[in-house]
Amino acid sequence: MTEKLLARASGNDIVKPGEIVFIEPDVILSHDNTAAIARIFEQLPQGRVKVPDRLAITLDHAAPPPTASHAQNHARVREFVRAQGIMHFFEVGRGICHQVLCEEGIVGPGMTLLGADSHSTHYGWLGAFSAGIGRSEVAALWATGQLWLRVPETMRITLSGRLNPGVTTKDLTIHLIGDLSADGATYMAVEFAGDGVAGLSPDSRAVLTNMMAEMGAKNACMAPDAVTWRWLEKTLGRTRPDNHEDRLATFRQRALCADPGANYASQYQIALDEIEPMISCPHSVDNTQALSEIEATEVDVGFIGTCTNGRLEDIAAAAEIARGRRLSKRLIVIPASSMVLRDAAEAGYIADLIDAGATIGTPGCGPCMGVHSGVLAPGEVCISSANRNFRGRMGEPGAEIYLANPAVVAASCIAGRLIHPAELTG
Amino acid sequence: MARTRHRVWKYGDNVNTDVIFPGKYTYTIDRDPAELARHALEDLDPSFAGAVQAGDVIVAGRNWGNGSSREQAVHCLIAAGIHAVIASSFARIYYRNAINGGLLVITCPELAEAAADGAKIEIDMDEAQIHYAGAAYSFPPLPDQVREIVSAGGIIAFLQQNS
Ligand code: SF4
Repeated sequence: MTEKLLARASGNDIVKPGEIVFIEPDVILSHDNTAAIARIFEQLPQGRVKVPDRLAITLDHAAPPPTASHAQNHARVREFVRAQGIMHFFEVGRGICHQVLCEEGIVGPGMTLLGADSHSTHYGWLGAFSAGIGRSEVAALWATGQLWLRVPETMRITLSGRLNPGVTTKDLTIHLIGDLSADGATYMAVEFAGDGVAGLSPDSRAVLTNMMAEMGAKNACMAPDAVTWRWLEKTLGRTRPDNHEDRLATFRQRALCADPGANYASQYQIALDEIEPMISCPHSVDNTQALSEIEATEVDVGFIGTCTNGRLEDIAAAAEIARGRRLSKRLIVIPASSMVLRDAAEAGYIADLIDAGATIGTPGCGPCMGVHSGVLAPGEVCISSANRNFRGRMGEPGAEIYLANPAVVAASCIAGRLIHPAELTG
Repeated sequence: MARTRHRVWKYGDNVNTDVIFPGKYTYTIDRDPAELARHALEDLDPSFAGAVQAGDVIVAGRNWGNGSSREQAVHCLIAAGIHAVIASSFARIYYRNAINGGLLVITCPELAEAAADGAKIEIDMDEAQIHYAGAAYSFPPLPDQVREIVSAGGIIAFLQQNS
């Protein structure tokens, strides 16, 4: 499937793993780092962005800006957006780049995105090719609209059956990364397939493709199915009331899936009903343990949010646990986008969480990368729904980060230690 | 372009960026070529920096350059005069950093297996082959544009020269 997407994007009939091709991505993503990339871009003679209609820029990583220098950085990004006539620009509060570009229908089935962000693997859940690249490369893309890529080998992960109640794709992802290790898919395309995919909700699918970055993958993808199309129809109907039909038609025309009998460099089978709640322990994502086997671990603070697990379904799961209970520890909840925040408020989830004692933050990355909105103190232990638990990721090298699904995060903030939500709900 | 002749420095699998260029210098040494060259492969092969000659190549096993994304791990080899790294496979970010930084990288597991330390090899870019001890080893050809990026000294330099 990845080979087909890259063949089309590079204007070839077929491409083979190991080959280098030049592609013209449909979308070039950057965020708060746009100003830094613009400084590299200034060294180039072009001066003007060649494809301003293909750039998408969000302010999300330190938004609203926590310091005057962050504010100045944002001001530079706005200046760049205006001077270059950038088409897709999303202000502070709209949400995290990956969530927003999906909601806005900027990326969809059959499209290609290259982004200055390591979790750019995200968009594969919609059947797109998307990969993260470096800042100089983004500057080069702005100037020329094209970039070389090495066609990756593909690893296929076939899912069968259904996840048990209380088990999510976060647990599946942590399980996979624990099994295959943090470099298990280096430079590869990871393709999810099998009858198990159909039972996965749209909100939960992006967790898989997003976190394949933590396994070293170049991209991750799955073929669009009925669930994908329903989500696109509903969401684009809201964000693009005037032209969602056209956009959907484009996506339908461009959608691709794997050929029967396609070649894979490696294959794995996963029975979804064998997965149980999982934890990534400090300080690496592949340092995993089943929640049921973890020894007593006290926590100081919880965080629910990020491009991995900050969607409506995640906030609903946390609200479910928090409803009518009292948190004994701090819990910071940051919706991935303004749309998620609005829906969560309307559904009453936000009220449930606030009543339980949680704090709600501005849609965006929050403390995920350790710049603002709930960074950790030395020695603090955080249970988080994010995608990375590297030492110092949330601010302090002396802090410890455990990763889990949102219900486990909420339950642990009620109990004050890592627990399975079933311990509360009986 | 005819064949070019090179001497081999041979290393094993999973050589990470920490031993290619030590992390302790990443914030103190950035661009100065002499300094970069002096610490190249310091923790892997202390004899390298003193004996390497311009035009030498590195031949290595699987996953060359895994670990941090530091670009000095590419620049220090260019500064040391390394013409190319030929490996069974490369870590993804290293591979990208290499081409975009102007270092030739060639994936050729068969040669990586065969060539011995100190051997002489010849690279033929036009034929996409490496000649060693009477045998020819093919590698996936690099598109002209990629070769141009490498010979220009990286992607930014390439755009500066060709716009
Ligand atoms: S939420 Fe975290 S992982 Fe996602 S884009 Fe923001 S900083 Fe990166």
